[in-house]
Amino acid sequence: MKILVCVTSVPDTITKITLTDNNTKLNKAGVQFITGPYDDYALSRAVELKEQQGGTVTVLNVGEADAEPVIRKCLAIGADDAIRVNAEPTDAYFVAEQIAAVARENSYDLILMGRESIDYNGGQVHGIVGEMLGIPSISPVMKLDIEGSTAKITREIEGGHEDLEAGLPLVLGCQEPIAEWKIPNMRGIMTARTKKLTVVEPAGKDTLTQISSYELPPARGACKMIPAEEAETLIRLLRTEAKVI
Amino acid sequence: MSVLIFAELEEGAIKKSSLEAIYYGSKVAEQTGTTATALVLGEGSTDELAKAGRFGATEVLHASDARLNEGNALAYASVVAEAANQEGANIIVLAKSSLADSMAARLAGKLKAGLAANVIELPDLSGGFRVKRSIFTGKAFAITELTAEKKILAIKKNTITPEETDATAPVEAFSPVLNDTDFVVKVTNVEKATGDILLPEADLVVSAGRGLKGPENWGIVEDLAKALHAATACSKPVSDLDWRPHHEHVGQTGIKISPNLYIACGISGAIQHLAGVNSSKVIVVINKDAEAPFFKSADYGIVGDVFDVLPRLTKAVKEL
Ligand SMILES: Cc1cc2nc3c(=O)[nH]c(=O)nc-3n(C[C@H](O)[C@H](O)[C@H](O)COP(=O)(O)OP(=O)(O)OC[C@H]3O[C@@H](n4cnc5c(N)ncnc54)[C@H](O)[C@@H]3O)c2cc1C
Ligand SMILES: Nc1ncnc2c1ncn2[C@@H]1O[C@H](COP(=O)(O)O)[C@@H](O)[C@H]1O
Repeated sequence: MKILVCVTSVPDTITKITLTDNNTKLNKAGVQFITGPYDDYALSRAVELKEQQGGTVTVLNVGEADAEPVIRKCLAIGADDAIRVNAEPTDAYFVAEQIAAVARENSYDLILMGRESIDYNGGQVHGIVGEMLGIPSISPVMKLDIEGSTAKITREIEGGHEDLEAGLPLVLGCQEPIAEWKIPNMRGIMTARTKKLTVVEPAGKDTLTQISSYELPPARGACKMIPAEEAETLIRLLRTEAKVI
Repeated sequence: MSVLIFAELEEGAIKKSSLEAIYYGSKVAEQTGTTATALVLGEGSTDELAKAGRFGATEVLHASDARLNEGNALAYASVVAEAANQEGANIIVLAKSSLADSMAARLAGKLKAGLAANVIELPDLSGGFRVKRSIFTGKAFAITELTAEKKILAIKKNTITPEETDATAPVEAFSPVLNDTDFVVKVTNVEKATGDILLPEADLVVSAGRGLKGPENWGIVEDLAKALHAATACSKPVSDLDWRPHHEHVGQTGIKISPNLYIACGISGAIQHLAGVNSSKVIVVINKDAEAPFFKSADYGIVGDVFDVLPRLTKAVKEL
């Protein structure tokens, strides 16, 4: 089985967002970049499937050279090789075009992604790629098993989940608890250094959206503390002051 | 020319978030001097279809084919694309949801449309087509220009306050072409909480964390939720430990909600938890530790023991 896992390099979940250049750029200074947490789930499940059933796992990132530490970490976790499309990931359509181009060249059985990137929270790339390749896309996937050429999938829906069956190839947006996050071990880190990371130039250049500036949310006002012995006051305040109940 | 609004049904009723989208779409139609067409897929009653008119649609397209009763993102994307072509709609509006998100992405691929997700305000049409959208799970906003001819706006829930009027809109039957290729994913089983207030749509949410000590103590959380007609939610460790189902977990890796009221009980307020709830309008924190970080992001706080405070709050609600 040939699996492609698409990963993003995103600011750590604990990052405090600040802006520069007259609010037209996110300030990258001091920001720690990590693999998208959902992408980590996708990769971990891909490596598990490879260990069970054989095959290869290729990691793909559309990004600039500064994403390479994240790609190396994915190789250390167990991917066999990696491709970086050398371009700034300007919007979902552009990224999807790059992923679709790589997929057309190599025909993968499974293309695994995260349910959404934690920076722009689009949750779009898997659907657009599925459409471009003319194959189904399913998200968010909580459970994935492969039996022959059929995928058995559990997808989260609002208020519950549904079980699905579909033939390969497929594009899936993954989330927990599809697999346990894997942490690279020493051997993994050593072998990752010699695994192949191919850099290719972008195939298309369709950007359909463009960010002109950023804003930060206004700070919440001070927290009004209510003594525990007067807890009931809260309910009155929620009705008369906050007017939410 | 018109603005097309995808209105999602939940058990035969138009979802609250879709009513927000219809209202939003009707305002965009006013801004751009066109009409607002709501598209409803699957079986829905006349009463429900009439709601679309009351929230601003000038026309309702209804595709009642039973094959569309199951929320199938692939088929929905094809049908919405066909309706958009028929109506000459360059702007498509929908409310973010588990189904609509998957649908919108396929649609963007089909129409080569610019897609902005988590939109929180009406577009700014002075020089281009700009929308404000929430990014980094509410930690920032991006003013985004949609440069393609076709545009899809996915509205964040509970950020637009719709107005209901007594306007009516004609309902027209719509019979789209359904392709078998859109039905290749087979649904073999569905498990869904029924009757409960669904968390993603809820106005009021009572949520609890590891401070509750164990699943056997959830009764006090559910009692308060019930008294308030609120949905229940939880922190990630709580769903990891299987105290509560996964679809109730909010945060960075869980679902993101923006209710009018979020009451956090025995939750420390880790930044990954806040990511899922920080756009709630009012946040109440109940924690026995006065130093819990959550108090910094709250509007009202009680330093106290949940086992003492929650039952008293429930009683106070019942006495309102
Ligand atoms: C990549 C990543 C993603 C994550 N995603 C999420 C996510 O989506 N959602 C999420 O929630 N977490 C997420 N986390 C975990 C997060 O960092 C915290 O560990 C988690 O939110 C803590 O849950 P908690 O507040 O329930 O538990 P704790 O941190 O253990 O806090 C329990 C709180 O209860 C209070 N308490 C105890 N007893 C009582 C009592 N009797 N009365 C009142 N208060 C009491 C304590 O003072 C404490 O503040 C993520 C972590 C990582 C690394
Ligand atoms: N620049 C990128 N390079 C590779 N994969 C990406 C990129 N951006 C998004 N993806 C994949 O698409 C998923 C959904 O991203 P998004 O649509 O941006 O929320 C992510 O979890 C990744 O798996």
